[in-house]
Formats: sequence, C-alpha cells, structure tokens
Amino acid sequence: MIKILKRDQPSKAIFFFTPVLAIFLTLVAGGLIFFILGFKPFEALKFFFIIPIADKYGFSELLLKATPLCLIAIGLSFCFKSNNWNIGAEGQLTFGAIVSGGVALLFYEQEGFYILPIVILAGAIGGMLYASIPAILKTYFNTNEILVSLMLVYVSKLILDYLVVGPWSNPEGFNFPETRQFSDSAKLPLLFEGLRIHAGIFLALAAVVISWFVFYKTYLGFQMKVSGFSLKTAKYAGYKGKKMIILVFLISGACAGLAGVGEITGPIGQLHREISPDYGFTAIIVAFLGRLHPVGIIFASLVVAITYLGAETAQIFMQIPKYTGQVFQGMILFFLLASDYLLFFKIKFIGSKK
Amino acid sequence: MIIDINFVGLIIASIMASAVPLILASCGELITERSGVLNLGVEGMMIIGAISGFALMTVTGSLIVAVFGAMLAGVLISTIFAFLTQTLITNHVATGLALTIFGIGISAMIGKNFVGIPGKEFPVLFESLKDTIPLISPILFGHSIVFYFAFALPFMTNYFLKKTKIGLIVRAVGDSPESASNQGINVRLVRYACILYGGAMSGLAGAYLSMIYTPQWIENMTGGRGWIALALVVFSTWNPIKILIGAMIFGGLTIIQFHMQAIGVRIPVQFLTALPYIVTIIVLVVISRDSRKIRLSTPSSLGKSFHKDN
Repeated sequence: MIKILKRDQPSKAIFFFTPVLAIFLTLVAGGLIFFILGFKPFEALKFFFIIPIADKYGFSELLLKATPLCLIAIGLSFCFKSNNWNIGAEGQLTFGAIVSGGVALLFYEQEGFYILPIVILAGAIGGMLYASIPAILKTYFNTNEILVSLMLVYVSKLILDYLVVGPWSNPEGFNFPETRQFSDSAKLPLLFEGLRIHAGIFLALAAVVISWFVFYKTYLGFQMKVSGFSLKTAKYAGYKGKKMIILVFLISGACAGLAGVGEITGPIGQLHREISPDYGFTAIIVAFLGRLHPVGIIFASLVVAITYLGAETAQIFMQIPKYTGQVFQGMILFFLLASDYLLFFKIKFIGSKK
Repeated sequence: MIIDINFVGLIIASIMASAVPLILASCGELITERSGVLNLGVEGMMIIGAISGFALMTVTGSLIVAVFGAMLAGVLISTIFAFLTQTLITNHVATGLALTIFGIGISAMIGKNFVGIPGKEFPVLFESLKDTIPLISPILFGHSIVFYFAFALPFMTNYFLKKTKIGLIVRAVGDSPESASNQGINVRLVRYACILYGGAMSGLAGAYLSMIYTPQWIENMTGGRGWIALALVVFSTWNPIKILIGAMIFGGLTIIQFHMQAIGVRIPVQFLTALPYIVTIIVLVVISRDSRKIRLSTPSSLGKSFHKDN
C-alpha cells in the first residue's frame, strides 16, 4: 500500500536532488520517444548528449550556447524569486541586440578601445528599456506582466525584421536581410584560435557572482525572497513593492540585453533576422532547473545547452528532427515541476503486514 | 468612388473567419479560468490541434475523424497539464509555459512529414444562398460548420455559466474552492474537467487553422494566436459575450493589414503585423487600469493551487 504524507517542511536535500531526477526522467522519456519514432534509443541519446561535446570544438559550442542561457536565467531569477513573471526575455534580448547593433553600426569602420564598452552598455540599456514597459504597466496600470512581456516579444522581432530589411540593411548586401559587418573594435574578442567561444562568457560569470552576492548578502535579496514567499508579508514589512518590481525587471532586462549583445557582437558581428533560437524562452527552463540559484543556473544552462547541440547533431547523423530539442526542454520542465511534489509530500510504502 | 456592397460583406466575413480560432480558444480558456485554473499552454494546445487535425485528415482522409481527433489531441495534451497542476499541485504559470514549449516542439516533430502537402476542401453550408441578399448573404452563408459553432459558442458558454447548475458549480469552484469543497463538490474533478474542455476547444481552434482557414500545415502556424486568445479572456473580463467583440476587433486588425498592403498603403508590413500585439497591450492596460473592476470580475482563486488535506 502507498500512503502519501505531507511534509512539515519542504526537504532541502530533495530541493537540489529533484533537478537531477528530472534530467534522468527526461532521458528515459526521450529514449522512449526515439524508440517510438523507430530509432535505437541508446544510440540516439548518445548522438544527442555525448557526441556533440566529445571534442574541443563541441565543448566550445556548448559554452557558446550556455552563455546566453545562463545570463538570461540569472536575470530571470531576480524576477521569479520576487513573484514577477517576466516571460518576455526573448524580446528584451532582441531589443538589446537592436540598440547595441545600432550603436555598433554608428562606429562602422572605426576602431578604438572605447567602442566595445559603449556597444555593450547600449545592449544592457536596450534590454532595460524594453523590460521597463511590462514593469511600469504592471506597477502603475495593474496590467498582467505575463501577457505584456510576451506580446512585446513578437513586436521586437518585427522591429528587428523591419530594420535589417529596410533602413539598416547592408547597402552592398544584395538585399540580404542583414546589416553591415561591425568593426573589429565593436566585437567581443574570441578566446581561442579556431573556436567560436568569445568573451561574452565573462559577462555571464560576472552576472553569476553579482547575483549570488545580491541574493544572499544584501537587504534587497532578502526583500525579494520575502515578497516571493508572501506578498502580504512584504507589504506588512513596509517594503516598497513598486520600486522592487521595476528594479527586478530592469535587472533581468539588462541581462537579456547583454545576452543579445553577445549574440550579435560575438562570432556573427552583424544584425540579421534570426539572432536567437529562442534563448529567452529556454532560459525560463534553465532558471527553474537551476532552482533560481546562481550556481544551479550554471549547471542547468550547460545541461539545457546540450539539447541545442544534440538536436543539431542528431539531425545531421540520424535524421532526427531538430525540434526534438524543444521537446526535451519541455519535458525537463514537466518532470522538474512534477518531482517538486516530493518536496512537500512524502510517499511511504507500507508493507502488507498489518 | 463606388463601394461594392458585396465586397464589404466579404471583408466582414473574412474578419469573422479570422476571429474563429480566437473565439474557440478563448471560450475554452474562459471556462478553465472560471474554475480557477490559469492555463498558459493555449498556444501549445492549439498547435497540437493544428498538426493532429491536418495529419489525421491527410492519413485517414476523413474530415470528421480529423476534427474530432484534433479535439482529442487537445484533451490529451491538456491532461498532462491537469495532472501536474491538480494532482501534483505544480505552479500553473510554469506548467503552462512548459506545455507551450513542449507542444511547439512535438507538433514540428510530427509535422515534418506534412510540410508542403496541400489541404483538402472543407465543405461549407448554405452555399446556394450566398448570392441572395447583398451584403448580408456573404456574411451569413457559405461557411464551415466550425465557423457557425464558433459564433454560437460565446452565447452557449454564457448560458452554461449563468443558467445551468454545472455552470454554477464551475463558478463556485473558481471563486471559492474552500467553500465549494465544504459543500461536497469535488474541486479537483471539476477543475480537471474544465482543463480538458479548454484543451478540446484549443485543439479545435488549431484544427480550424490548419484544415479550414489556411488550409495547410506550416510550422508554428498559430503564430501567437494562443497568447492573444489568453489576452482576450482578460479583455472580456471573463464574460463570454465580450470575447466575441474582442475577437472581431483582432480579426479585423489581421484582415485590415492584408487590405492595406493590397491597396498600397505605404506603411512597413512589419508595423501592420505588429498591430494586433500592440493593440492587445493597449487594450489590456485600459481594461486593467481599474483594479477594483478587475478584482470583481476575476475568478478569485485564479492561478492558485487548491489542495485538500487528507
């Protein structure tokens, strides 16, 4: 007989164990899906999760994909911790990229050490501006931030599309939907010869350290935690709710904007139509899988980044559709949420003896 | 300038046609939300419905099987959401997002073999009456059965919620699950049913897109309509009749965009395409500004988990 008991307190050990369980269950379910599709499950999983990162190049690609995920997820964790549902990071990333790309184009064919910092800053500001829209509408007009931030994703992609097709398109580009190449001074330097990994990874690591400090060492972090736990308590304690909402949105917008900067000033070096394979949405999963904890988010971003690489490899070598990546991402979140049940409830197996 | 009156009728009819998926999905989600559950997976359920309908139509050749199959697919996928949020008490927002991501992935995976296949013609009703009365006939006649169903649905939903006993139970569960539970109502069961119903309607909305409106399978073809449907529920302040008005406005924006391009209005296409999303935001702001009114009309327990101990 199985009996389900409520725990007096959520279990701390299980809190960090369930993400691992969720990944394991995702692999099992993924194997099953491969089997149903007519592939050898173990071989497919190997192509999905091991082959892509087996060499130096693959590992660099992994870090390249994990960087924006980690950066955005860190920003989102500020929002999610304080009960603000910013799901439009993809839009903030896009708008950050637009602003920083625009600034980079101003410095076309100019060189100078000061250009890159300005370009990076422009991206962060762009992301913040875009994130301030749902934040202000939420605080002063009581508007649902989920829907507003999401609608703005579509708008930002259309703005980008308009710019790269129209006014910003490369005059010598034969009407390709892309801008001119940024000057070298506006690009994030590559770290190793022949690999695509670039200095953007330091932005992500800085975000990890800063967020850890804010979460666990500052009054703001404490306020966020309380507001996330109970808005009533936060109000009772006299926290300035509106200010905090705007602040967490600005932080997460800045992080998403920086991720956008990394995407366009890294290996690509120009604005074009598709700057992000939905990093902004996938980062939501990363934030949850990492338990909204800076260190957890590092690991989670690496795990989820594999789904991007695996999908590409599996498509090339086994003709497995590339969307399997998204299926895996959705499943990870499903299983993670499901296994959270173990946080609050104990399952006891009681023997047949009475 | 002479305006052809039949042309006006045709434009209105095309606005109505583009409103159909929004009405279906919104009315389904409205019932789900009235029971206190916020399902953000509408986009995912719709796209699953779209591919299921199209795939079943291509494989079986039967339109009836395809339409009902799409609804069933919506039900099945929403069962995941129901099980997680109701049985395992997970967060509604996160679970809904997972559903959307999963749905888009799965649909593209299944749909890989159906890209580029032409759709079938879907039978229309009252075709012979189409030319009888100017202006009115093109609006009223010559549409698919799903079209007529969609325009009847808000009224049926309204009747269901206000006049039937089950409708009352749904509202009670959404407004106060504790007292409903104390009255002996199985809150979990009611919410399960409302979630699955929402799934069926989203599935139907998706099938309408891939089988009747477009009609073919294109990856990601719902293109944010599921999210607009969610916004429409807020727009309507949880009143089914107002969904009809909202859906017509958004349908209108979609259609106007085509016609403005056709007559050569010099506005970038991207701006016109962005219009429905921008208008959604503006409308949400206007509706939500009055926080008292919103609080009065929002199901009190919306998005909050309910767990009955022992």
